[in-house]
Amino acid sequence: MRAVITVIGKDMVGILAAVATKCADCGVNVQEVTQSVLDDMFAMIMLVDISSINVGFAEFADMLEKLGSERNLMIKAMHEDIFNAMHTV
Amino acid sequence: MFNVGDILETITMIQDENLDVRTITMGISLLDCCHSDIDVTCAKIYDKITRYAKNLVKTGENIEREFGIPIIHKRISVTPIAMILASCDNKDAVKIAVTLEKAANACGVNFIGGFSALVQKGFAHGDRELIEAIPEALSVTEHVCSSVNIGSTKTGINMDAVKLMGRQVLEASRLTADRDCIGAAKLVVFCNAPEDNPFMAGAFHGAGEPDCVINVGVSGPGVVRAALAKSEGLDLTGIADLIKRTAFKITRMGQLVASEASKRLGVPFGIVDLSLAPTPAIGDSVAHILEEMGLESCGTHGTTAALALLNDAVKKGGVMASSHVGGLSGAFIPVTEDAGMIDAARNGNLKIEKLEAMTAVCSVGLDMIVVPGDIAPETISAIIADEAAIGMVNSKTTAVRLIPAIGKKVGDELEFGGLLGSGPVMPINYSSSKKFINRGGRIPAPMQSLKN
Repeated sequence: MRAVITVIGKDMVGILAAVATKCADCGVNVQEVTQSVLDDMFAMIMLVDISSINVGFAEFADMLEKLGSERNLMIKAMHEDIFNAMHTV
Repeated sequence: MFNVGDILETITMIQDENLDVRTITMGISLLDCCHSDIDVTCAKIYDKITRYAKNLVKTGENIEREFGIPIIHKRISVTPIAMILASCDNKDAVKIAVTLEKAANACGVNFIGGFSALVQKGFAHGDRELIEAIPEALSVTEHVCSSVNIGSTKTGINMDAVKLMGRQVLEASRLTADRDCIGAAKLVVFCNAPEDNPFMAGAFHGAGEPDCVINVGVSGPGVVRAALAKSEGLDLTGIADLIKRTAFKITRMGQLVASEASKRLGVPFGIVDLSLAPTPAIGDSVAHILEEMGLESCGTHGTTAALALLNDAVKKGGVMASSHVGGLSGAFIPVTEDAGMIDAARNGNLKIEKLEAMTAVCSVGLDMIVVPGDIAPETISAIIADEAAIGMVNSKTTAVRLIPAIGKKVGDELEFGGLLGSGPVMPINYSSSKKFINRGGRIPAPMQSLKN
């Protein structure tokens, strides 16, 4: 089971580290990271493995969202199925 | 690996363009709740609904959080209550409505539909009693929705029922005049009513449906409008293709939610309803899609053509994205629930006559239209008859949900709040239709060949 974490917001020090630490705490394995900085907007997409997650996925998503709002970022964790469904035939 | 553009597109759709799943509706058959004692019937109804739907809201919320898709409503639809009422010696339909309300509250759903009767060919036991009870039932409950099917392509139109419904719509409004006439907003009169519709107020669980089923209604006018806004210079062929592609994505999301909900609840998946259902939120309007295509205001000449294109493209795009499609499937044009329609009605560009023409090419019909409170019941019946005739002849579903604004006149407004929105009182034609309506009888079913 995999999920996609998206982080969008103003670039600042330590975004990747903060999200990766939270993932590690929750037993979520980061498989791939793509990031780009356009002007000063930061967009990072992480593909993570959640098969050995040690909290509920919804709870994990809430934690990341909170982490984001503390830093004025939008962080979303969504099940990969939604993207598969919408963008592949 | 995913395409970054695809991921950001999905996020933008949800975040900025109001993409959501409008409703997960659980259809529950109440046929096994029939009993000659109405109190036993009510107890059985309450027990069955609360047993089947006890996890509906929680499951919906979990899916919402895990997939990151807002699911606005969780609802229940039940067997048309007139069919259940037929078995009871005491035909006090309001008692059943109150039971439905209690069950809806216990399950935490937003609406429960099915306080309904199907009388397209005539009245069976329980039908008249149910219809007589509708205004009171809608005034003493908050979540119960009612619908009556008065015609179909195969049977013609039951004009006795049409006459009766004109009176009941007005009465439903009168009894809730202190609450902006909300009663009439929960009452739909159908021709060719679908039996698996997940949308309110017209949802009911048809007699041919399984014991329990999950139907999902998608939404997403904002997403379609945003896609069109980025498409400067496309001709209408290109516009139709773009709408199809967008509808495909929206529907795939609905299909995913439907199959996930069905799996988690252990209930068979019924259908996905491919509808563009607007909300009063800015950027979630069907009227704005039509305007994005190049009309100055919804309601002007060209609106019917633009809507026909939209409606057809939504179906074509959606149909491949889902394993089973049903319900109403198409673009909705509820006036008070659509920011662009409200504006067009306020500035006089959108009139009832134009809306009637629009209903010939889109899903449903004259929906959420506020009319003056001094409207004659026969005029309401005549509007219902006109709309039913369009549905009957064109083999499509049409419906009427009028809200007579008691004590108000053209230019005044009603404010329902929430997804039901608000809207101005629209002008009607005051010439009488009384003699025509009072004739009663049935309009025979139309020819289905020699089409012209």
